[in-house]
Amino acid sequence: MSQNKKEINFMGVGRIAVMFSALLIIVSIASLIFKGMELGVDFTGGTVMELSYPGAVEPTEVKETLIKSGFEDVTAQHFGSVEKILLRIAPQKSQKADLKKGAVDANSQLSNNVLKTLQAKTPGITMDRVEFVGPQIGEELREQGGLAMLYALIGILIYVALRFEFRFSVGAIIALVHDVVITLGFFSITRIEFDLTVLAAILAIIGYSLNDTIVVFDRIRENFRILRKKDSQQVINSSVNMTLSRTIVTSLTTLIVLIALFMMGGESVHAFALAMIVGVVVGTYSSIYVASTSLLMMGITKEALMAPEKDEADELAEMP
Amino acid sequence: MNRYPLWKYVLIGVVALFGLIYASPILFPSDHAIQITAVGQNTVTEEILTKTKTALSSQGIASKSIKLEGDRILARFSDSDTQLKAAKALRDAHNEENFTTALNLAPTTPGWLRSLGAKPMYMGLDLRGGVHFLMEVDMEAALKKAMDNYKDSFRDALIKKKIRYLGVVNKDDSIQVVFKDQASLELGRKEIAKTAIGELDFSVEEGKKGVMLVAKMKQSTIVEKKRFALKQNITTLRNRVNELGVSEPIIQQQGLERIIVQLPGIQDTARAKEILGATATLEYHKVDTEHNAFDAQSSGRVPRGMVLYKDADGRPVLLHRKIIIAGDQITSASAGFDNNSNSPSVSLRLDGKGAKRMFEFTSQNVGQPMGVVFIETKIRSVTENGVVKKKKVTRKKVINVASILEPFSASFQTTGLDSPQEAHNLALLLRAGALAAPVYIVEERTVGPSLGQANIDAGFKSVILGFVLVLIFMAVYYKVFGLVANMALALNLVLIVAVLSMMQATLTLPGIAGIVLTVGMAVDANVLIYERIKEELRNGLTPHTAINAGYEKALSTIADANITTLIAATVLYAFGTGPIKGFAITLAIGILSSMFTAIMGTRSIINLIYGKRKITKLAI
Repeated sequence: MSQNKKEINFMGVGRIAVMFSALLIIVSIASLIFKGMELGVDFTGGTVMELSYPGAVEPTEVKETLIKSGFEDVTAQHFGSVEKILLRIAPQKSQKADLKKGAVDANSQLSNNVLKTLQAKTPGITMDRVEFVGPQIGEELREQGGLAMLYALIGILIYVALRFEFRFSVGAIIALVHDVVITLGFFSITRIEFDLTVLAAILAIIGYSLNDTIVVFDRIRENFRILRKKDSQQVINSSVNMTLSRTIVTSLTTLIVLIALFMMGGESVHAFALAMIVGVVVGTYSSIYVASTSLLMMGITKEALMAPEKDEADELAEMP
Repeated sequence: MNRYPLWKYVLIGVVALFGLIYASPILFPSDHAIQITAVGQNTVTEEILTKTKTALSSQGIASKSIKLEGDRILARFSDSDTQLKAAKALRDAHNEENFTTALNLAPTTPGWLRSLGAKPMYMGLDLRGGVHFLMEVDMEAALKKAMDNYKDSFRDALIKKKIRYLGVVNKDDSIQVVFKDQASLELGRKEIAKTAIGELDFSVEEGKKGVMLVAKMKQSTIVEKKRFALKQNITTLRNRVNELGVSEPIIQQQGLERIIVQLPGIQDTARAKEILGATATLEYHKVDTEHNAFDAQSSGRVPRGMVLYKDADGRPVLLHRKIIIAGDQITSASAGFDNNSNSPSVSLRLDGKGAKRMFEFTSQNVGQPMGVVFIETKIRSVTENGVVKKKKVTRKKVINVASILEPFSASFQTTGLDSPQEAHNLALLLRAGALAAPVYIVEERTVGPSLGQANIDAGFKSVILGFVLVLIFMAVYYKVFGLVANMALALNLVLIVAVLSMMQATLTLPGIAGIVLTVGMAVDANVLIYERIKEELRNGLTPHTAINAGYEKALSTIADANITTLIAATVLYAFGTGPIKGFAITLAIGILSSMFTAIMGTRSIINLIYGKRKITKLAI
């Protein structure tokens, strides 16, 4: 690293960054509204089965066998290798009529019936994994997931407002919402299944992205007190520059382990790792551009942070 | 100069030692094992041990060891395939009624570690394989049943006192008793109120044919009924899970209407569902005192009108065929102490119909013994000639025999039980046999053992790969300081494993993801500090003051950043279910331990390296 780094003018391109972010957010929201999410069984209810065949198998064949036997709404795909099949079966309509009573039970027997049907045709199939989620559970999880995100945001808002100043906390939330919306948009556009682990990833991203933002804000607050001759834009720009190498190094180390998880962690954590990778990349970008730019746009000045400054002055005056 | 007081070194040393000890069981992977335990009066003996050994060797199944350990036999195997084969062989060899054969994971932790309380991490179902069920109790049915009971007892009370009424009907969530006039309503109200003291709210309404007394359950009664239905089902499920032969099953309440059932190591989910879905009931019968039950058993000739049963200890009992009351007439059963004899007892309450029948019977049979038969019915899939058939299997046994001391009706006690434990068990069985509200499976997550193993392998591989890559990066980028950070990171990983093992928190796949994530983020504190030191050096500070300033100035930033992540972890824990909770726990532990290792840990080593000498340049 060179000793005399030139400052990069981040705030100078603030306008372009804002436009870029706005574009990403609009695309994400549009996709979320018009295409929605590919919600997993965790949220929709239904059955997912992972089967191991003794030899290579065609998903279409499996699907046909099941449809012929009277199962509805079945999708089949390869999972990891040509011998493995992932089945997704929606709650069976013929049993929807009386959900409260036998039907719930019948749906819980579904996986066993499907396995029997398939084993009758191809002996030697083994069941690796089954997930069955009743429709009402799915609904509750959807609700809880939304609430969890909301409460995390509120908790953070309060903490930042207490530690810094109200405008900082708004800036942090803008950056957070930015990251979450774009990550959700990514999942909507790519049609990658959104399940409970992805929700966990989104909440982890909230923590991570905030972590990044707070570090920058901390520096901004400090610099407002030290660099008194500079104007707000210069102070914020210097702060972003000073924390830049840290931001990049931490993102790098986090990305390294996430990529390891993505490549080696197995299918079950694939979506989690992917969501985190997207979140970390977007979060790094947003803590450099979005959070600070929004601070500047809200008109943060050193006067806003005057009070603690005065205290320091008083303390100095009292010293002998 | 940068020096640390001695106590800080001692503290770090103690924490590191503690971490190493409690994390070390992870180095001793658990064996796939089978444990055989006795049921009821049976005991596991040397003889059973020999039988177990021959059963395995005759099928050519190799075991690592077979030992009699206290009241169980533990056989260890090298992999899960052998374990499963062995389980089948052993279930055939031992009578299921007398011995339970359960799949288990047996720790191989050395004795001295175990004596320190060090245990291996507890693996979640997604890592060790097994079934997770979330079951919902049909509360509507439970409440409807309660309403029916009230209705019956109202009617009985009115008839008993010869109070005239026009009808008793259930409507929505209330019971309407119709009287011809106000006078009979007042009379009836008194009697009806006695049948359920403090449980109902009454009001009077004008009906088409007369005046109506409307009874509604109080909110507290509804809550109580729901709680009872839930408890009853938990008890029933617990009994049945024991039959499945699972070691370390988890059966716990979730919220007010749901029950979590986790069965590690279970393969046959169809059988698990059948057994969990069994129905149980009870019957009270008069005991036959004229004939000898042992004779009937040995000759095989059962006297006319009698049925031969076995009791819990396997002794024969002859009962009259006629049923006095059935389990659906029991409204509650609880264990306690009898004040007169001061012996453990079980108190029972019957509904109106049951109380009437019981009174009639007991008035005529004072001094006679009465037996309770527990009947369990389940559907079992049996393969016959290659075709899967559903077969109804019924099991009956006598769980208690007691003499009638005096006539009784709605509430009575069974006394003279040997121990509080026995009273407790009897109450459980009586509750289980009383017709419980139906339960439905609303969520199932099954992971096969091979996938579980694959998950473990993939998880650990990714942790190690990510860890090593971060180590290399840090060493290259921050040189000596990077190596110090690496030591802290390693200690951090050890501490996370140690704390998880000690808490016996469940390690799930998302939990491993949490550990991986923590590894990536734990270096953040060090990055913050080191970048700050670099900056201070650029500002012209001497190495020692730069180190000092770096650590001090970065501290508040680190605290702020970590507290916000902790907030997110807490919310995750509060809202998440199973696997998500696991992720939240590892994340939170990781954040806390990284604060310790990355700040205090690295500082102590840096001080050791640079503290005592004069330096002009830092390798950072």
